[in-house]
Amino acid sequence: MRNYILRRILNVLLILLIVSILVFLMIRLIPGDPARIIAGEHASEKSLAELRAELGLDKPILIQFFNWFGKVLKGDFGYSIFTHEPILHDLLYRFPNTFELAIFAMIFATLIGVFAGIISAVKRYSILDYASMIIALFGVSMPVFWLGIMLIMIFGVKLDLLPTGGRLSVYLHITPITHFYLLDSLLEFNFPAFWDTLKHLILPAIALGTIPMAFIARITRSSMLNVMNQDYIRTAKSKGLSTRTVIMKHALKNALIPILTASGTEFALLMGGAILTETIFSWPGIGTYVVLAVQSRDYPAVQGSIIFIALVVALVNLIVDILYAYIDPRIHYQ
Amino acid sequence: MIQESPFRETLRYLKKNKSAMVGLGVIIFFVIMAIFAKFIAPYNPIDQNLKNSLQPGFWSGIKTNLLGTDEFGRDLLSRIIYGARVSLTVGLIAVLIGVLLGASGGIIAGFLGGKIDNLIMRIVDIMFSLPSILLAIVIVAIMGRGLSKAMIAIGITYSPQIARIVRSEAILVNRTEYIEAAKAIGDSSSRIMWVHVLPNVMSTIIVYGTLSIGSAILDAAALGFLGLGAQPPTAEWGAMLAGSIHSITGGFWWVETFPGIAIVLAVLGFNLLGDGLRDAIDPRLRGKF
Repeated sequence: MRNYILRRILNVLLILLIVSILVFLMIRLIPGDPARIIAGEHASEKSLAELRAELGLDKPILIQFFNWFGKVLKGDFGYSIFTHEPILHDLLYRFPNTFELAIFAMIFATLIGVFAGIISAVKRYSILDYASMIIALFGVSMPVFWLGIMLIMIFGVKLDLLPTGGRLSVYLHITPITHFYLLDSLLEFNFPAFWDTLKHLILPAIALGTIPMAFIARITRSSMLNVMNQDYIRTAKSKGLSTRTVIMKHALKNALIPILTASGTEFALLMGGAILTETIFSWPGIGTYVVLAVQSRDYPAVQGSIIFIALVVALVNLIVDILYAYIDPRIHYQ
Repeated sequence: MIQESPFRETLRYLKKNKSAMVGLGVIIFFVIMAIFAKFIAPYNPIDQNLKNSLQPGFWSGIKTNLLGTDEFGRDLLSRIIYGARVSLTVGLIAVLIGVLLGASGGIIAGFLGGKIDNLIMRIVDIMFSLPSILLAIVIVAIMGRGLSKAMIAIGITYSPQIARIVRSEAILVNRTEYIEAAKAIGDSSSRIMWVHVLPNVMSTIIVYGTLSIGSAILDAAALGFLGLGAQPPTAEWGAMLAGSIHSITGGFWWVETFPGIAIVLAVLGFNLLGDGLRDAIDPRLRGKF
């Protein structure tokens, strides 16, 4: 077990190293002077010269890389051209927003997805089964950003039920403690802000969670169908246990592994979806940061964000892998 | 008894699969729309008529612009019809690029094994550690914006998945006797790979390719929406949604609704056909839902 975890951690480090190499080469792949690319078209000759010296562009490329990578390891991604702040500061400031949104989307996706999947499997070939599978099929075929627009149009504009974007209404204030708005508002017993934050979360979480929900529903269904044919389920039924007990205690527990795998791999997809969802809902997270950085050619910020996102995805995958062991004792680490 | 060829057998199962046939129908519908756009579309998709901007369509009894007009007064129906051309082409070419890169990588890795296999699969692992849309955004950031670059970017992001699947197939094929025979008569590695291994992994490539076209259309729309793919005034479904964000709050719902429906239907078509193809080719899945 310990060996396995160590090897997985080494793998994460390897991925980070290679992503860093690629990101480093990225700037050099763009035709032209890297200093001008980084500093922008309107930079003065003096600042360009300073930047060239700082980047060590006159040194051999290998030395340039190790200098740069040494800084990255310390969390120094340089300064954003757009916000003029240290990039790590920008990312850490925005990350809790993305994370809170991702967690809510995942809760939504798992609850509804697993529930729909179980119903589909138990009531196979019923109207409920067909209905939920058709919804799941539409769910995987829908552009996240279009779903977001539709939700805003219906629930935000037409019915005027929920806010159409942003994180918190302008007239409210939350003292940042953990930077997770829901948690912070609770910590200072600021219930109006808590309620407001929650309302701002609902639409983006639904938009972001729909595709994973559809995947989870489909996987839960097929996984449950597999398990329901097993001998131990027949035994449980013939013992006279209620259908509910058989499904919840015997079937679902064993069907959970593929569901968990799916939820884990969905996370990378979720981070991708967050880029689009955040743009639609003007959500001040990592996603909007990346899009802004690319659109304004803020390459240091693009570099920093990519390494950051790769790290987050790799860590989540690592945690999911380790979780398997505790859930399924049959998994051996080799 | 004459044995049916695997291809015919697959086709027979596919024909029985109603949802796959619905998917195929939807695809044919869009393909016809794309090919004959010039004759079907009532207006030129980029002709502006500012006096006629943001007009509703048939639901308000207006018959000149059935699906209404956008903020530049361009006919939405015509733009959606021409958009089919863009989206289908992008989906297809992006997947072809992905297949070209991924299948070659997968076959080489699976057939040669050893260090080369290790190297290719590590690259694949790395590409998996980034969300595909982010990878595509980064590639566009390097190469510059535009439709052709978006296609290449999406193609590259699809290659690792194809490489992984093709590799596992290639490893199985590599163990068969006819490959051993080919080696025994002294065929070169490259001849074996492209003449013997490739045709045998083709069905996997086709299924996976079909399934990917749907996602490629989605990703192209996403890039267009972010302003990194198709550039104005090109009628592309994703970019059409981006050009008119303010129409959401203004109550001009048709501008945002119809291009999205077109995307959903086209992607749904490819997903249904892809699912059906997968079931038809894999005998274990036949007859299941």
